[in-house]
Amino acid sequence: MRALRNPGLWLALLLTAAMGVWPFITKSATTREVIFTILLFVSLASSLNIFLGYTGYVSFGHIVWYGIGGYVGFYLMDVYQTPLYLCVLAGGLASGIIAFLLGKAILRLRGAYFALATIGVNEAARAFINNFDPFGGPIGMTLNFSIYKSYGGAARALWITYSSLLGITLLVILVSFLVKNSKFGLGLTAIRENEDAAEVMGVVAPDAKNWAYVLSAIFPGMVAVLFFFKNGTILPHDAFRLHLSIEMIVMVMLGGQGTVLGPIIGAAGYQRLRGLLLVTPFFKNIQLAVAGAFLLVIILFVPAGVVGWLRDRFPQLRRVLE
Amino acid sequence: MIDTILSSMTDGLMLGFVYGLAAMGLTLIWGVMNVINLAHGPIIALGMFGVYLTFTQLGLNPYIALILLAVIGLLLGILIYLIAVHRVINAPHLSTLLATFSVNMIIIGVGTSLLSTTPRNIDFPLGRIDLGPVTILYTRFAAAGAALLITGLLYLFLYRTRQGKYIRAVANNRTAAELMGIPSMRILALSFGIGTMLAMVSGGLIATFFPFTILSGGGYELKSFLICVLGGLGNPIGALLGGLILGTLEGLIPMFMPTTWVPVLEFVLFVLILLIRPQGLLGGET
Repeated sequence: MRALRNPGLWLALLLTAAMGVWPFITKSATTREVIFTILLFVSLASSLNIFLGYTGYVSFGHIVWYGIGGYVGFYLMDVYQTPLYLCVLAGGLASGIIAFLLGKAILRLRGAYFALATIGVNEAARAFINNFDPFGGPIGMTLNFSIYKSYGGAARALWITYSSLLGITLLVILVSFLVKNSKFGLGLTAIRENEDAAEVMGVVAPDAKNWAYVLSAIFPGMVAVLFFFKNGTILPHDAFRLHLSIEMIVMVMLGGQGTVLGPIIGAAGYQRLRGLLLVTPFFKNIQLAVAGAFLLVIILFVPAGVVGWLRDRFPQLRRVLE
Repeated sequence: MIDTILSSMTDGLMLGFVYGLAAMGLTLIWGVMNVINLAHGPIIALGMFGVYLTFTQLGLNPYIALILLAVIGLLLGILIYLIAVHRVINAPHLSTLLATFSVNMIIIGVGTSLLSTTPRNIDFPLGRIDLGPVTILYTRFAAAGAALLITGLLYLFLYRTRQGKYIRAVANNRTAAELMGIPSMRILALSFGIGTMLAMVSGGLIATFFPFTILSGGGYELKSFLICVLGGLGNPIGALLGGLILGTLEGLIPMFMPTTWVPVLEFVLFVLILLIRPQGLLGGET
């Protein structure tokens, strides 16, 4: 297990864990809610990075996996009273399977064509859920409050959700690291640099891309179940928030695409920034425009993101910043 | 039955010309510089608001406002190119996609806060004409006519003027064009400007018959992608043809199933075309 001796992995994990255990120490529900949102975005951004960062393919519909997983898990919980951990697994599984099938179809497209195809995925998925009656159509579903009793009351259920989210987030980071340092990850990086050359070298590009797509789809499906379990209701426009897909891309780009630590820093930083913007009356309304301008500046001037820039600038940091 | 089919088909066909015009802007930018302009939708929405504001505030005839809009569109496009696209024009697709997307976010963000998302519409009826079972609204007829006229002008420009020939040369091979002394940066900026202009004008035309908000552009952007892919990316005439096909389909589909399914079907069609015939129906640069 040579990978476990890499300081980059431990830095990423410890940073997240340190942030994650903070609410346990302070026992404050407010802190827990703040960190919950940050961890949610860390896991989403890291999972997107497995696909976008390592293969260089842009997916504009990553939130679809969040929506699908959330809906499937919520449905099981609401209708069959399935225990939470099984719902979480089912949500991840559902997203993974659908990603596998969709990937089989659209990952034959390359580069910009693939990006085009993913733009429609989100709209199509939301339109489908809106018209799909078992999932409640446009009015969604609401959990019966008594369900929280079996978890020892609502207050305890919230802590359980929180700890599970922390666990999954750490898992995403571990998977992201293992992928990056494996032969599979090397193949993905080769695809990013030059897909034709990668294929000549024996990388089976369509398969490799598809598994990266599936891996990146599983985790949003899992964390979505936790989020909607905590929320108590699920609605199509909550589950498929298109601008979240974009915000995830901003987070990944901000922190540094293709690095393990980047999405963590990007998600936490962006979330912090958005928190500041939301309380300033002037920025509240043009939040999206500020995020856009921010993204533009990153793309034009620091395309490698914070972590990538640090790695370029200070080569001695490359051992620690994975 | 035949009557309803005929009338929804004509309706869709008229609309198709305008869709085609919108898609032409997208396809031109793609053909010349291999950039997928994700700010296309909000620009269409800006066109809608351009006509709306000049009509309600200044009382300008919408069709005259279109000329003003075309000039603004051209300048806006050049500005967007110089600020957001030029620096990353040779970078991988990821960069240009995200750069144009950030322009999209900026327009939408500023637009929602200034113009809110209340639906608006332009009350400028021109009357209608009845041809047997088919009723044609003059606004749609005028829009289709304007779209055809603009397509014609675009072709004249691309084939008969020096600047237009430069654009085609740069689209063919930018390096070779530069070696021949063509100022490629100016031509790229001009092409982006024309693409934006087409999007704005088509938005203005759509605004004369549909209600809209600042967010409506997104739906038309998606349609434009579908149309471009149908007609072959980089092929303006293909875009017009694709627009007609999509318009007709949109007229016909609601007769057989609820309208809410239209986006799902459009997306399925989109993916199918990309997979089966990525070069489009008329061929094009792939």
